[in-house]
Amino acid sequence: MAVLRRNLTAYGFLCAALFCFAVFAWYPMIREFILSFQETNLIDPPTWVGLDNFEYAVGYPGFTEAWIATLQFTFLALVCGFAVPFVVALVLNELRHARAYLRFVVYLPVMLPPIVAVLLFRWFFDPGPGLFNQLLGLVNLPGLAWLDSPATALISLVIVSTWMNMGSATLIYLAALQNIPPELYEAAELDGAGILKRIRHVTIPQTRLILLLMLMLQIVATMQVFIEPYMLTGGGPAGSTVTVAYMMFQFAFTNQNYGVAGALGMMLMIVLLVFAAFQLRLTREDKA
Amino acid sequence: MKRSAGLLVASALGLAACGSGQQAPPAGGAGQVTITVACQPAKSAPKERQAWDDDVAAFMKANPGVTVKSTDQQPCFDPKTFGPKLAGGQMETVFVVPVTNYDDVIRQGQALDITAYTGEIKNWDDLRQDVRDLVTKDGKVYGVPNVHYGVGLVYNRKLFAEAGLDPNTPPTTWAEIREAAKKIAALGPGHVGYGEYSGGNTGGWHFTQAIYGRGGSILTDDGKKAAFNSPEGRAVLQTLHDMRWVDDSMGTKLLVGWESLMVAMGSGKVGMMLGAPDVVTDVVGKFKGSVADYGITGFPEAKASLSGGEAFMINPKATPEEAKAGMRWLDFRFNTVGKGRFDFARGKAIGNPVGVPDNAVYGDSPTGQAIQADRVKNASLPVENYDPYVKASAAIPPKAEPVHAQEIYAILDVAMSGVLSDEDADIDKLLADAETKVNAVLAAKG
Repeated sequence: MAVLRRNLTAYGFLCAALFCFAVFAWYPMIREFILSFQETNLIDPPTWVGLDNFEYAVGYPGFTEAWIATLQFTFLALVCGFAVPFVVALVLNELRHARAYLRFVVYLPVMLPPIVAVLLFRWFFDPGPGLFNQLLGLVNLPGLAWLDSPATALISLVIVSTWMNMGSATLIYLAALQNIPPELYEAAELDGAGILKRIRHVTIPQTRLILLLMLMLQIVATMQVFIEPYMLTGGGPAGSTVTVAYMMFQFAFTNQNYGVAGALGMMLMIVLLVFAAFQLRLTREDKA
Repeated sequence: MKRSAGLLVASALGLAACGSGQQAPPAGGAGQVTITVACQPAKSAPKERQAWDDDVAAFMKANPGVTVKSTDQQPCFDPKTFGPKLAGGQMETVFVVPVTNYDDVIRQGQALDITAYTGEIKNWDDLRQDVRDLVTKDGKVYGVPNVHYGVGLVYNRKLFAEAGLDPNTPPTTWAEIREAAKKIAALGPGHVGYGEYSGGNTGGWHFTQAIYGRGGSILTDDGKKAAFNSPEGRAVLQTLHDMRWVDDSMGTKLLVGWESLMVAMGSGKVGMMLGAPDVVTDVVGKFKGSVADYGITGFPEAKASLSGGEAFMINPKATPEEAKAGMRWLDFRFNTVGKGRFDFARGKAIGNPVGVPDNAVYGDSPTGQAIQADRVKNASLPVENYDPYVKASAAIPPKAEPVHAQEIYAILDVAMSGVLSDEDADIDKLLADAETKVNAVLAAKG
């Protein structure tokens, strides 16, 4: 009882957090799980349909293509969204001047509402007066179709996603880099290590855990890509940017087929849980 | 990172809201009934909103015991919020549904059978029978048709003049459309001769308009199989492909979603598009188009025209008293000559665009003729610009949307964006792929 009284404030904060998670995260997830086994018109009591929604989703035209597009986006977003912020953090860490200013500049896109950033890129990508094609024109290169070609639409979305999200990742990497004891670099330099060797033998081993955690978190984030195809391409052209999350939205809010949307959501969640499990394991290893 | 928690939880929240609970019917004591009605104009349109509020007050005065509460969600019908509103008990007693969604809403039991209450609409028998048929299933009526129109060719008269074309003799064939589009595109950078949708389900929607016009169909008569992999379907895609890649008269940008083409049309640099008269109203009213610039003519070479429009439906949870009160509201505000939305004198006085023949829901019936006469009498727009459409459209039979329209349109988006984004697009393959997918959807739905 004395322990309880001593920690009353802490338990109060804990209860508030638990309440928020329960109402805004766990309950909806449970409802979605139940919904994935039901058919409902939202008026009459729902009927249980077993695995019918899952069967319908798997057999739906475009299901495989949506997963392929999602995996392609995830891969490309990792190549850009994982490597670019790390390199930027390395550069920022080496700078002696204007570091605070550049940190702010790198983080700036994160502060923009996603919808604003996406609309900005709609103009950047415009095949006519758009910024990117104007820049290509300055160096006598032909313009690209960007969002208007199946060949370039997905990578265009990756560019948007990377730009919008790299600020946070860069700051996390930078914090990890600044925690590396400088003696390690001094010792490496005394041993004659150049910059690449210092990165390979000091920087990467010292930030290994953060790198792995960020990798997992970015996989989980990028597999749920939705805003970019919803706002910029509508899943096109020729279906090349229909992702699983976009398809789920279409089922729920265009086709009014909430059961199948729930089933798709559960499938995506199961895949993401695998990565979340990796993340948990990494965290435990760190504590051990 | 922020997205990882975001999307899954947000979608789960939305879905959870959709799946939970039953809604309570609107309140109403003994002898008293309260109804909620959709489509009140937004606060950003204060004059229109005041006119609506005046109508509500007049209706309540004429119907003691009925309290009307308005909702101003814009647009009135949004498929993204329709389900959650139903599930959360927030759906109005009287709500609007676009023609594309009639089939889904009625089939899923999300609208009340109002057969017993149609007598509350005094001019019910004057509503076009073919339009009433769209909201009738198995002999039961589920909606009050509110707007109906057929497809035409909306064109920019100013651009026609600048391109050396006669605005008073708009194209009547697809060959003439191609020639006119080339001349308009040649006006300079940014000019688009002919605008067309390609995504967000609007591509499939316009493919349906075009194939109907050419005499083709989306589905077989029994609705069990796809029927668009046909000479008419190929002609639709081939024409678009050639205009985009051979003539270079369609611009370089894909247009995704309804607003995209409206914005382009409003900018005054798009020459033509398939559309109903309401396009003119919207382009002028919402997208800053210049009223004198736009005309509309008949659907070139059309053998049939996709029916467009909307109907009001009643919440299936409404009590009989609420349903009757809702129907009386619809009669008062939406179906009485010279009153409510047909008070064209008031509309003109508050600056509404009056004169576009954007509603043929009453056809040529006595009520329809009275409405048309009143519209012309109070016109604030150049009605002569719309005469070619009025004359031509009367001879084109309407054709309803296919069942499961939204899912089919999403599949047909791929074919539309395919020809508009790839010069080497294989039209036969695009149609065959879409056919396979639509047949798979139809088979799964049984």
